[in-house]
Formats: sequence, C-alpha cells, structure tokens
Amino acid sequence: MSTGKTILKAEELSIGYFSKKEKTIIASQIHLDLKAGKLISLIGANGIGKSTLLRTLTGIQKALSGQVILNEKDIRNYSPSSLAQQLSIVLTESLPPSNLTVFELVALGRQPYTNWIGKLTSDDREKIKEAMDLTQISHLADKKHYEISDGQLQKVLVARALAQSTPLIILDEPTTHLDLLHKVSLFKLLKKLAVETQKCILFSTHDLDLALQLSDEMIVMSPEKTLQGTPESLIQSGILNSLFKDENIFFDTGKAKFILKNL
Amino acid sequence: MQQNSRNRILFIALLICLAACFLLNISLGSVNIPIEDIASSLSGGQASKNSWEIIIWNYRFPKALTAILVGMGLSISGLLMQTLFRNPLAGPDVLGLSSGASLGVAFIILGSGLLPPFLSGFFLSSYGIVLASCLGSLMVLLAVLVVSQRLRNTMAILIVGLMFGSFTNAIIGVLSYFSTAEELQKFTFWSLGSLGNISWPNILILSICCLIGLLLSALCIKPLNALLLGERYAKSLGINFKKTRLIIIIATSLLAGSITAFVGPIAFIGLAVPHISKMVFQTSSHYVLFWGTLLFGAIILLICDTVSQMPGNDFTLPINAITSILGAPIVVWLLVRKRKFMI
Repeated sequence: MSTGKTILKAEELSIGYFSKKEKTIIASQIHLDLKAGKLISLIGANGIGKSTLLRTLTGIQKALSGQVILNEKDIRNYSPSSLAQQLSIVLTESLPPSNLTVFELVALGRQPYTNWIGKLTSDDREKIKEAMDLTQISHLADKKHYEISDGQLQKVLVARALAQSTPLIILDEPTTHLDLLHKVSLFKLLKKLAVETQKCILFSTHDLDLALQLSDEMIVMSPEKTLQGTPESLIQSGILNSLFKDENIFFDTGKAKFILKNL
Repeated sequence: MQQNSRNRILFIALLICLAACFLLNISLGSVNIPIEDIASSLSGGQASKNSWEIIIWNYRFPKALTAILVGMGLSISGLLMQTLFRNPLAGPDVLGLSSGASLGVAFIILGSGLLPPFLSGFFLSSYGIVLASCLGSLMVLLAVLVVSQRLRNTMAILIVGLMFGSFTNAIIGVLSYFSTAEELQKFTFWSLGSLGNISWPNILILSICCLIGLLLSALCIKPLNALLLGERYAKSLGINFKKTRLIIIIATSLLAGSITAFVGPIAFIGLAVPHISKMVFQTSSHYVLFWGTLLFGAIILLICDTVSQMPGNDFTLPINAITSILGAPIVVWLLVRKRKFMI
C-alpha cells in the first residue's frame, strides 16, 4: 500500500495531569505518525490512559511535554474553528435528550463552514448527503435520533464526523454498546471510509481480536511503553503479552489471539 | 421539505393569532369600548370619546406592549437556559433568577433608607431598580453556574435553584422586618406583579433591555444547536463555549432582570412556553424554536393578561397568579404525557 500523507504526528509526547504542584505522568515517550487513508486502532487495558491520550491528541487536554502536530502545525496554535476543520470526533457519552432528527444531527457537522446563523448552502447539503450515503443511513434521515438502534446511532455519529470534512476522525470506543454483528459492520465501515475517502481514522477499542484483524496500524499502550506499528509487527514485538498485568491472559503469537490459561 | 411548509403555515397562524390576541387584549377591560373605536384609534384616527382615547393610549396599549415584551423575554431566557444547562426543567423562575432580581429590588426599595439621599434618589429611579434587578439575577445565575460545574446532575441544579430562591426570600424577610410600612407596601405591590401602570419612558427602557437581550440570544442560535449534542461535541465543532456561555448569561440576566424590575416576578412563562413551542414545532432546532418561542411567549402572556383583567369587571387579578394557574398544569401534563422531557 502506498504511504499517505502524515496527518497527525506526536513527538516526545508525555501525557497526564497537572494538579496543584504535582505532575502526574500517565505515559511518556510517545511517538506517533498517523497517515491518511489508514485505519488505526488504539488498544490498552482500562485505566492505562487511552482516553487521556485521545484527549491530548484532540487538543482538549494539554500535553505535559512534547508536541502534537496536526497537518504540519502545532495543535495548540489552532483556533477552535480552524481545528474543527481538521479534526472531528465521535464520543462514547450518550447524547442529551432532544428532538434532533438524524438529518439535523449529521447537518450539525457542517457548523465549522456555515455562516453566523448556521444556514446550509447547497454545497453543505451535498456534503451531508454524501456522508449519509457512505454510511448507508439515508433512509433514516427523518427519524428522531432516539428512535433508532444503537448500531444505527453509531453510524449516524460517524456520518456527522464525515460531514465535518476533516482529514482526521477520532472515535472513542465506538463499538462499546454493540453486539458482534454490529461491531464487525462498524469496523468494516470505518475501514471502507479510510480507503475510499483517504481520511485518517483513529479509534480506541477493547475488541482486540477484531482490531488485530481489521486495522492497518495499531497503537498499543502497555504500562511500560506506547508503540505504534502494523498488527504483524506488534505481534512479533511481543508487546501484546504485556498488555494485561495478569499471567492468566496470554497472547498466542501463532493464532494471533488472546488465550486464557489455568482455567 | 414537508416540515418546512408545515412550519411556514404554523408561523403564519401564530402571527395572525398574535395580532388577534393583541386586539382582543386592547379591546377588553373594565370600561367597554366598542371595537370600531379601538380600530379607528389604533389606525391613527380618533375614538368617539376623548376618555376612551386616553384609556387606549395611556393604559391599554402600553400594557399590551409590555405583555408582549415580557412574554418574549421570559420565554427566550427559559429556552436559552434549558439548552445551556441541558435541563428541560430550567427557567428563570426555577433557577432562582427571579428571586435574585427580587432580592436586588428589595435591597433598593427596603434598604433605601440606609443610603445617603443623593444615592437613594438614583437607586429608586427606574434605572437604579433595573440595574439592581439585573445584578441580582446575574449573581444568582453565576452562583448556579458555579455549582452546576461541580454537580453534573441535572436534578441537583434545580435543587440549587430552589435553595437560592428560599435563601433570597429569607433575606427579603429579614430586610422587610427592618423597613418602614411605606417601603414595605411599595415592595409588596411590586412583588405581586403587574403589567399595567408602566409609564412610556419605562416601557422604552424595558424595550431597549429586551431588544439587546433578544439580539444577543439570536447570536447564540448556531452554538445552541451545537450544544444539543453536549459540551464536548459543541467544542469539537469549533464553538467557543466560554464565549457562548457568557453571552447567554448576559442575555438571560438582562431579560429576566429588567422584566422582573418592571413587572415583578412572573412564574412559569419561562419554563412552559419553550416546551409548548417544542411540542408544536416538533423540533429542537433553535433556528425554528427561537421564533416559535418568541411568538408563543407574546401570545400566551397577552392571553394571561386578558384573563387577569376579568373583562367586564372592575378588578384585576395579579398576573403572576394567572400564569401559575395556567402554567403549572401545563408542565405537569407535559411531564406525564411525554416519553421524555426534551431540551
């Protein structure tokens, strides 16, 4: 596969929190290089700092040291509105109750481009239609967002991010509430989008087996280090075995699967 | 597209309804004035009796105008707060803004004796009362906001609002204990609420405050739509959340404060009207809701005022009682009827 343009780069990045005078380092020495057209998964145990890393990469949280470069510019130098044209997100948190229809929800993705009152131009409508066609949710357009299933809602949220026309989409555990069938279909959708739209798509997940099979690249956070690589290279490196601090969970390199021992 | 044509019909119907309610409000009152005289007077001619002319222009017309301003202002500030706090039960009265404004006014009216004469002269003027009232509601809103940052729970925010309400009432109680009978009477009349007896210069002040408040609110239509997805999504869409919140705070304090200063605390309009327009227009888009809430607010307060002046009778009921009698059942009915209360 040809190597795409680098969209997001992290150099010497340390993440964590400042609280009063204390500095809590969650992970350090992170080097990332996310390219266009790639589907990249972020895996790691609960509490290892995946959310903190995503928050830092999206500019919500400040890095302790090092920098995040988005499209050749430091993420701290973006204004909120220009950042919104580079980076879109899909969150795990549920939406507040409202009467928004699916179309209106996707249309909100056009906000960084619309005028002060949010009027949609024909170009905006074209982009919304494109996003809804790609995610195959056009038939849901007039439904209220609370009337559709979790799997459909996840696709709608992806469509909203697509409509935002950003080179980078970051999703926080998009498969959490879905059954296996819908997990697979969402993963395949993300993969298709990465290839067809040449966007860089980064998502965190706990579905390790699926992530290993479907991602172009992975970022693995273990207590010792954070590594980026292709699934094959990461399997070879043996980092997957140190993912969980539990001797009963063991990564079988031959089968490329996590296996439980001593049951 | 079908939705758009439905909305257009609704808006036209509401505009006609507003005009009808306005005329009805002016034509009914303790003195019977024939509709022809009202029409000719309003269209620039003369009513057949001079006293009718005075009643129409110095009493009924300003009162109807005040009702429209108050209805629009309170309803819009309720709409803004419901979206800002992502809480369908928020409103200027529920969150204690009206109590805050009352406290500001109470300090001025009941505490004026404590001030040096040249200062009390300024503070007892309309400007002083508006200023105190706006500051009072601003203080309460800021306090609720600070607390709501710590509590992510929507119910807790409402309880905090209620607590501020009782707190301000307690302070007003203490103040009234130390004030003269004359001051007390003045404050009591104010707190009963009345749309009448507002002079033209005061209507001008109220109009300017409401206009600024409504213009600021209109600036927030786009960020408010983004906030329907929650704070984090709104930020990711390039919304400057702090700036938007500041504009909303200024707009609501100005609206709730200035209105409370002139007509007294009026309950339920800010809470119920946005829900009525959400129910009728079946949408959360503030592009539609803003205008819908404006029109419904004006219409409903005109109707409440028409009811309160008890056509054909000499006495007038307090407007606050009417809005509560009509508003409280509407809110309960909405709660029971709907699957979920919507923002």
